Amino acid sequence: MTKIGLEIHCQLTKLESKLFCPCKADYREFEPNTNVCPICLGIPGSLPLLNKKAVEKATLIAMALDCKTPEKIAFFRKSYFYPDLPKNFQITQLNADGYGNRSIGWGGKVTIDNKEIRIRRIQLEEDPGRLIYEGATERTKITLVDYNRAGTPLVEIVTEPDFENPHQVRNFLNILSDLIENLGVSDPGLDGAMRADANVSIEGGSKVEIKNIGSFHDLEKAVHFEITRQQSLAEREIEIMQETRHWDDKRKITVSARTKEEEEEYRYHLEADIPWVNISNNVKNQLQIQMPENISSKKERYVSKYNIAPQVADILASDKYFSDLFENANNETDAKDIANMITTDLMGLVDTREKREQSKLEPKHLADLIECIKLNKITRTSAKLALEKIVKTGKALPQIIEEFDLGHVSDKSTLEGIIGEVLKQETKAVEESKQNPEILNYLVGKVMQKTQGKADPELTLAILKKNLGID
Amino acid sequence: MDLSISALNYQRGIKNGDFTVEEFISKSLERIKLVDKNLHAFLKLNDLALEKAKEVDRKIKSNQNVGKCFGMPISVKDNMCIAGSRTTCASKALENFIAPYTATAVGRLDSEDAIIIGKTNLDEFAMGLSTEYSAFGPSKNPWNLDYVPGGSSGGSAVSVSANECIASLGSDTGGSIRNPASFCSVVGLKPTYGLVSRFGLISYANSIEQIGPITKTVEDSAFLLNIISGKDSSDNTTIDNKNQDYLKDIDAGIEGKKIGIISEMTNSEGLSDEVLNSTNEAIKTFERIGANCEEVSLQMVPYTVAAYYTITSTEAGSNLARYDNIRYGYEFDSEGFEFNSYISQARNKLGPEVARRMILGGFVPSAGHAGKYFLKALKVKSKLTSEIERIFEKFDFLISPTVPIQPFKFGEKIQDPVSFMLIDFNTVTANLTGKPAISVPYKIVNGLPIGMQIMANSLNENSLLQAAYALEKTVELPEVPI
Repeated sequence: MTKIGLEIHCQLTKLESKLFCPCKADYREFEPNTNVCPICLGIPGSLPLLNKKAVEKATLIAMALDCKTPEKIAFFRKSYFYPDLPKNFQITQLNADGYGNRSIGWGGKVTIDNKEIRIRRIQLEEDPGRLIYEGATERTKITLVDYNRAGTPLVEIVTEPDFENPHQVRNFLNILSDLIENLGVSDPGLDGAMRADANVSIEGGSKVEIKNIGSFHDLEKAVHFEITRQQSLAEREIEIMQETRHWDDKRKITVSARTKEEEEEYRYHLEADIPWVNISNNVKNQLQIQMPENISSKKERYVSKYNIAPQVADILASDKYFSDLFENANNETDAKDIANMITTDLMGLVDTREKREQSKLEPKHLADLIECIKLNKITRTSAKLALEKIVKTGKALPQIIEEFDLGHVSDKSTLEGIIGEVLKQETKAVEESKQNPEILNYLVGKVMQKTQGKADPELTLAILKKNLGID
Repeated sequence: MDLSISALNYQRGIKNGDFTVEEFISKSLERIKLVDKNLHAFLKLNDLALEKAKEVDRKIKSNQNVGKCFGMPISVKDNMCIAGSRTTCASKALENFIAPYTATAVGRLDSEDAIIIGKTNLDEFAMGLSTEYSAFGPSKNPWNLDYVPGGSSGGSAVSVSANECIASLGSDTGGSIRNPASFCSVVGLKPTYGLVSRFGLISYANSIEQIGPITKTVEDSAFLLNIISGKDSSDNTTIDNKNQDYLKDIDAGIEGKKIGIISEMTNSEGLSDEVLNSTNEAIKTFERIGANCEEVSLQMVPYTVAAYYTITSTEAGSNLARYDNIRYGYEFDSEGFEFNSYISQARNKLGPEVARRMILGGFVPSAGHAGKYFLKALKVKSKLTSEIERIFEKFDFLISPTVPIQPFKFGEKIQDPVSFMLIDFNTVTANLTGKPAISVPYKIVNGLPIGMQIMANSLNENSLLQAAYALEKTVELPEVPI
């Protein structure tokens, strides 16, 4: 049986500062080596100062993943030489003999499509800096180091090897990413905020780790490739070596990085500069209270309380941006209409991260739009146009309606004139309408087209029926 | 003017107008110029000392608020950072390292208007007990220049003992304050782990080391501890001592106190006759002034030196791993090196003892060997700690000679690393258990000093200093011959 396990690294991007110093946790958009200080550079004489908020946010993740959490957490040093590691050791966590379980969480689970994925361990650690190579990693002549990222709070989530195929892996990562975003601890959409490594083994073979995978999409492909590679080795009765392989993004294959014979030597020992941190039951209770409603119960609530269609509720609940918008716009009476407007009209308008950031839409706009539609002040088509303008400008709905002339054409004589023109042009349809009343809809559409969707639909229908002699 | 006065007498002298800060500082500088070419206590002097002295004098004259140190000259071991000036750790690897910050303990002295007169010599990265491992040459013992001053804070102890300054800050990882204090006949205090901030102290074995005062009197030790101790937001391991005043009731005496004599330390193989005799005298003295002395066994003690070197090597291995010459360091062309060979090349500047401990530190905690070495050492540490906790339920203090032997000649011991390490036999227990310990000058035998060590339970510095003060009162010692 194929076994796949994951190691997911998730930056706590919603924090103000790094794990052990006051530098910014979100290092993006800084010039290289400007988001640094003596602590994250490991200058002699500096000492790490623990960001307690990071411990709380990480604990929140552990609780959301059904993990056990300890009374006290401890930090350890993991020693290895690498140019991106300023102290040449990483401050991380470990559940070690003699110390007990001292990492943020362990023994959790997530159920996906009736399959239980066990969470082995969750730990809090510092992200290393970033290396930039000139050309291919293996052949680079110049390696540049940027320490802006060094010390960023990172939560490592390690699963048991409970996945059987790449599809399950992808599914899990999508759900985990939504869950973490929903907790408000990280923005998984940010470049590099969520990374995953996989380990893959087939029946009777050794475990192979795959690292260096840029996206979840690539991870799925890498796992797929690795299974195929291992199966083909097995068929030819070639031994599958325990090793670490890198995903080559260009060639779409995994390549051997190092064999496990040179087993990493980390010389773990306690980080004495950071005293053990008590996480009292009181703190845990507080976190439980702050814990946002989880995605599945949110979805259930949308369906049962507001009668929102399950697919719509699903889309809404799993995306924090849209569900926040929905919750804030919702005035209880128009919930279903607001939900539909978000999923049918708004999603297309803000389908990228940049567009979301630039959007000037406020929750109130959505409620106003639905109300105007209900009060027949604006047609659905016009509402869609208005939404587009609002996202761009953020102006109040009445102003948008006036500025872009989106109000109903409900003046009877004006409408009669327009309808008269339509009927003149659509002689064929008028003829057919005598046998087929469905044609009426086509004609209404034509009137809408002429009025850019502004015609009062009920009045239009009434006038059409009268003109065509249909009762 | 008497340069041998204590900090408290300096305070009185300034307040009485007996001398000015400028006078005292310039006399001290003259003395340093005169004696330090032989002693080599200092690695660097503060060029601005006289200017600062004049500034403090102006403050005093114009009745402004003046800090408690009134411009007294204090030296600082060169493993504590001072913003803008070099901190070398007596290593070629940090020969030109200029820290962007000042160590909290030093900063607190500075804000009490102490004048940091200079940075003192040490064994490279504080690894050693004689200053023979300083990359810039050893310091000499002012009692006899042929003898080592002890270490690693050797320069600090020499500077105080030879009256080059009033007091000094040292650091103590396994005896590095108490050992040279004992060898140079001055008072050296290693406080409870966490009582003094380590921010700005360049780490060697960060789980057990502490900054502490080296002074002429026990009172001065309390005086300096008042200034440097307490919570620091730059060091998560510091303890809030609620501004405790260690000088208050320092003369309370030790009437009725229970003192344990650690039998493993008074019967050890390495103990010299001179030191043993002095210890027996000290025990009698303690009884005479009202304490009850009783032998007590700390069974883990024979294993402590091995445990100490295992733990400190492990931590040194990680604390010194950052000296890879990538982010700072010295001019050196990286062309043609791959990363690992670059690092080994970059580390060529580290001296032999540092190299030895880093190699040891790479080995003892490694995957295949941790169970045999590092984890066992941790077990010794935790057993020793619970043993000593139990003993402190019954006893107020534990005493022993600070060092089993008297100062030795240069080159005499250094060839045999293991017997060299055993000189730490009596001092490492306080570090491994985090307890406070003080070395008090007790005797001069054959022209060389012997110090007594008193240990107390965590955060009992108050009573520890009272006991040390009581012992000090019974002792009369000759003046330093230099």
